[in-house]
Amino acid sequence: MQILTIILQIAILLVIVLLHVAYATYFERKIIGHMQVRMGPMLVGYHGLLQPIADGIKSFFKEDVIPAQADKPLFLFAPVICLVTMLTSLAVIPFAKGWVLADINIGLLFIFAMSSLASYGVILAGWASNSKYTFLGGLRSMAQVISYEIPLGLSLVGVMMLSGSLNLTTIVTSQGNSFSSMYLFPQIIGFFVFFIAMLAETNRVPFDLPEAETELVSGYITEYSGMRYALFFMAEYIGMMVMASIGTICFLGGWNGPFEIPFFPPFWFILKVYGFIFFFIWIRATLPRYRYDQLMELGWKLLIPLALLNILLTGLFKILVH
Amino acid sequence: MITLTDTQTIDIPVQSGDEDRYHLKLGPQHPATHGVLRVDLDLDGETILTCDPKVGYLHRGFEKLAEHRTYAQNIVLTDRLDYIAAMSNNVGYCEAVERLLAIEVPERAKMLRVMVCEMSRISSHLLWLATHALDIGAMTVFLYCFREREVLLELFAELCGARLTTTYTRLGGVRQDVTRSIMKKLDKFVEDFPACIEEYETLIDTNRIWLKRTIGVGQVSAEKALDLCLTGASLRGSGVDYDIRKHMPYSGYEKFEFDVPTGETGDTYARYRCRMEELRQSNFILRQCIEMMPPGPILGKDAPDLIMPIKPANKLEVDVPAKNALITLIEDRDVFMEGDIYVATEVPKGELGFYFISDGMGRPYRMHIRSPSFIHIGALSTMGQGVMIADLIAIIGTLDVVLGECDR
Repeated sequence: MQILTIILQIAILLVIVLLHVAYATYFERKIIGHMQVRMGPMLVGYHGLLQPIADGIKSFFKEDVIPAQADKPLFLFAPVICLVTMLTSLAVIPFAKGWVLADINIGLLFIFAMSSLASYGVILAGWASNSKYTFLGGLRSMAQVISYEIPLGLSLVGVMMLSGSLNLTTIVTSQGNSFSSMYLFPQIIGFFVFFIAMLAETNRVPFDLPEAETELVSGYITEYSGMRYALFFMAEYIGMMVMASIGTICFLGGWNGPFEIPFFPPFWFILKVYGFIFFFIWIRATLPRYRYDQLMELGWKLLIPLALLNILLTGLFKILVH
Repeated sequence: MITLTDTQTIDIPVQSGDEDRYHLKLGPQHPATHGVLRVDLDLDGETILTCDPKVGYLHRGFEKLAEHRTYAQNIVLTDRLDYIAAMSNNVGYCEAVERLLAIEVPERAKMLRVMVCEMSRISSHLLWLATHALDIGAMTVFLYCFREREVLLELFAELCGARLTTTYTRLGGVRQDVTRSIMKKLDKFVEDFPACIEEYETLIDTNRIWLKRTIGVGQVSAEKALDLCLTGASLRGSGVDYDIRKHMPYSGYEKFEFDVPTGETGDTYARYRCRMEELRQSNFILRQCIEMMPPGPILGKDAPDLIMPIKPANKLEVDVPAKNALITLIEDRDVFMEGDIYVATEVPKGELGFYFISDGMGRPYRMHIRSPSFIHIGALSTMGQGVMIADLIAIIGTLDVVLGECDR
């Protein structure tokens, strides 16, 4: 019986998250459209509201082209790795008090592990397509993920030190319920590092080098089409949502808000996550792309020292206070 | 002879010292090569060891075609050279033929030519800025530029019926006079445009990532730029003050007041600044055009009647094959008809030159086009050596090439 309940919960969560993913694309296209003096999708449904569904149907029925030279099993498997790891990390995210599938003690580490695994999907996709652009995209992605996983992890060490836990629910509850007790203020350096590393980790502009359209055609997804392409696409958006959730949980006080919303406790959580996603989109509309060596320079020479400094300051603060 | 079955494989011999190199054929179908440019790259990781541009995918044989068509018929071909700034090509071609045949152009037509030239310079530079920024990753500039470019293209359509392939000039003048509505719309554009330039600049001018991606990238010294035969803003960015409009004025450019912006460093950012300044200068010239536009005919008395189908016998005879066509002017006089001539004009991309050898017939014996894009692509192999892929894309963008003009 318990298993059935869990499966039901998982199914509900997946459906809701996938719907959110579909409409996150709509959200992005509309916002970017209005930022770029155009309308965005307008034709399918009222103001293009059914566009994500039409896109889903289209990519589902599209031909799945597999290049003749490709390493077939890996080629077929790579998008699945990406999507599954991203979906798995949703399990430990608390959307509201008690609204979490698996309330494990090492929630934060689990999410890092999953997002590192997802990069295998990208690298294997680049390798298995047996095309030069995808290979370069895969290599870039590998270097980028390794470089930015470190500042991403280090930037959250301060949060772990303050809350004394890796459990995401504990991190939220230890921040208290008021605006001023959010970890954003004591951890402002950590938040800065986290935000930049988060952009890089999710391959968003200005760090979208693995799929840099004007350099590598489409990077590691060049040879993919139809539903397999859509899987990568979904994985990218779920990745964005997971990273935005971590940011919300670790720095913005999770589901806590100015007042409680009856019957729908995750309201503030979802609002904050969409706030993050709005920032992602805004940055995409504004900034050019970094070059490969500049990306490495930023990661190793600026973000990692800053994150270490943040840990040092947090440690000093803890010693002085206690 | 080797026949291959399914099970057989062939070993492609690898040249010694070549094992670590990664060969990448960038293009001809690639989002950032501005058409059908192919660049053969040898990579070491992301660093380019050798860079070898290959052209010719858009070759249509215009120079040969021109030998079988009359001077007037060839105007149509020039639209298809640099299809982003077709007006400038029309003017460049007609200037050359008119000097060959000593045809006088009335003042109003000259001024109209300057006007459309500067309009096409703005529209070409806008497209350059749009794609250059997009290549470097700034997406929004692209759409902002197209918003303004659309106004100009609509004006072209109103003026001559086509947005891109304009065929606006005629030997000895232009095809259509401007209407009051065109002048009103142009006036509004000229009024609004400086604010638009500032809008683009707020997006990228001091953007740290933009600066990092452009400063020091594709640097060419003034001597090197002259050696590479760069012209236009690509040369002026290196600090060489060379603008045909200023130094060898044609079509009445000497009457206009404008500066020739030059850079100092010769890198991608300097060229970017140059072209942005040129946008302002072109806008200023347009303003002067609107104010100084003289009245009068738009087609010279002297011009061969090539606008309407030919009726009278003393006009250009098109009934006979073009091979035997004769240029006949309205006034019976001696014209320079045998020999050769090279006439260069300043188009948005650089120096566009037309070289004619005439044997006195109504068609060129030989027409050679000195297209700036072709020569700029030649500079790519020098400029692209030792840089990263992302920089190569920026360099292709900053050279401002159009493959239609390069391959002809």
